[in-house]
Amino acid sequence: MYGLITRLAATPARVAAILIAVFSIAFATPSLLAATASTQTVEITKFAYAPKEITVAPGTKITWTNRDEIPHTVTAKDKSFDSKALDTGDKFEHTFATEGDFEYFCTVHPFMTGVVHVRKQ
Amino acid sequence: MDTNDKTSPLALDDTHDPNRRKALSCLAAWTGAAVVWTVAGGVPRALGATTDGKTTAAAKNALTFVQISDTHIGFKKDANPDVVGSLRRAIADIHTLPQAPAFVVHTGDISHLSRADEFGQARELFQELKVDRLHTVPGEHDTIDDGLSGYLKFFDHDGKGKGWYSFDQSGVHFIGLTNTLNFKMGTMTSLGDEQLAWLKSDLARVSHSTPVVVLAHIPMWTVYAQWGWGTADADQALALLRPFGSVTVLNGHIHQVLQKVEGNVALHTAMSLAYPLPTPGQEGIGEPGPLKVPAGELGKRLGIRQLSVVRGQRELALIDRPLER
Repeated sequence: MYGLITRLAATPARVAAILIAVFSIAFATPSLLAATASTQTVEITKFAYAPKEITVAPGTKITWTNRDEIPHTVTAKDKSFDSKALDTGDKFEHTFATEGDFEYFCTVHPFMTGVVHVRKQ
Repeated sequence: MDTNDKTSPLALDDTHDPNRRKALSCLAAWTGAAVVWTVAGGVPRALGATTDGKTTAAAKNALTFVQISDTHIGFKKDANPDVVGSLRRAIADIHTLPQAPAFVVHTGDISHLSRADEFGQARELFQELKVDRLHTVPGEHDTIDDGLSGYLKFFDHDGKGKGWYSFDQSGVHFIGLTNTLNFKMGTMTSLGDEQLAWLKSDLARVSHSTPVVVLAHIPMWTVYAQWGWGTADADQALALLRPFGSVTVLNGHIHQVLQKVEGNVALHTAMSLAYPLPTPGQEGIGEPGPLKVPAGELGKRLGIRQLSVVRGQRELALIDRPLER
């Protein structure tokens, strides 16, 4: 294994490839982290929230978009947020300021459930 | 039993002969202990039999009324871009019935999104019905954001600010229930204690020999719990209804004809006038969303139901009439 790495690093082309990879990681990672902290999306499709469960950091804004031909809602079990009826293509946003587990459902199809876990990361 | 109609349903034809209702009430004379109503053993039903001679003949001395359901005014998607056209075809079909129905009942989802313009448009369309009255119950699409308040602005039956009511006609006790207000996370809908208490007190004044017809949007039996196709506390309501000799429960919501008979209680779901839905848990579908069917098929999956309460006959006769046959 060790010998293989030594051999791979030996050619200039491979060194360049590795350098590009390192730079990519160095520049891409901070912006990826920033996106994770600020906004996430959940699709409502085929009478389900996708993803059904999501874990985010405090301060994250989640945007739900209804992709079904039937109206749905995003309604917290503890009533802390409620989208009202979302027609096809309608969006709902909510920012989760505090840690906790926030269960939600669709008030017209209560078998549709989801949960947002808000955790310091 | 009081046979006067004390409710104020949507009056559809102000020019109609006011004596008609009185005349219909006279048909109530046949009711009484001597007539035992039962639907045990099944209810005759002829799918698509528009000129069923037997049923048509029977209807001549019967109280007949029509059930429509799930018009979803405001829906414009591929599954049916013209729900208004579908409703108008149904209205035309109702007008061709051999015996004019005494009234029409609508078992909910009048609108698609509970919007005032949808309720308003629906109400205007219903005015085209050449029948005395329309009795409605709300569907979950009619109570989606603000409960009953938007619906009641257009379809308040008795001015009491409730979705539930009862009335008597031709010796039949009709009850409209609301089972779209108590959705709790992860469960089916329910009627709720307040409504059950009202139902108990309402039925207390009705003799057990009186045929009872119950209207409610979501099925009053568990058709398919995974899709919420049932009412969690329906058993409590059915327990109150079981002592009656003939109970017919008319539901909508699932956009297809299904029935269940339990002793004297027969429960029926109806076709929609908007779009078809899959059969319960239909393989390869996965969710209860609108089904897109070939254009020529749609009219066969939508339709109305004619019901006849025939003097001297044991059964309530039902004919489901697709728009296209």
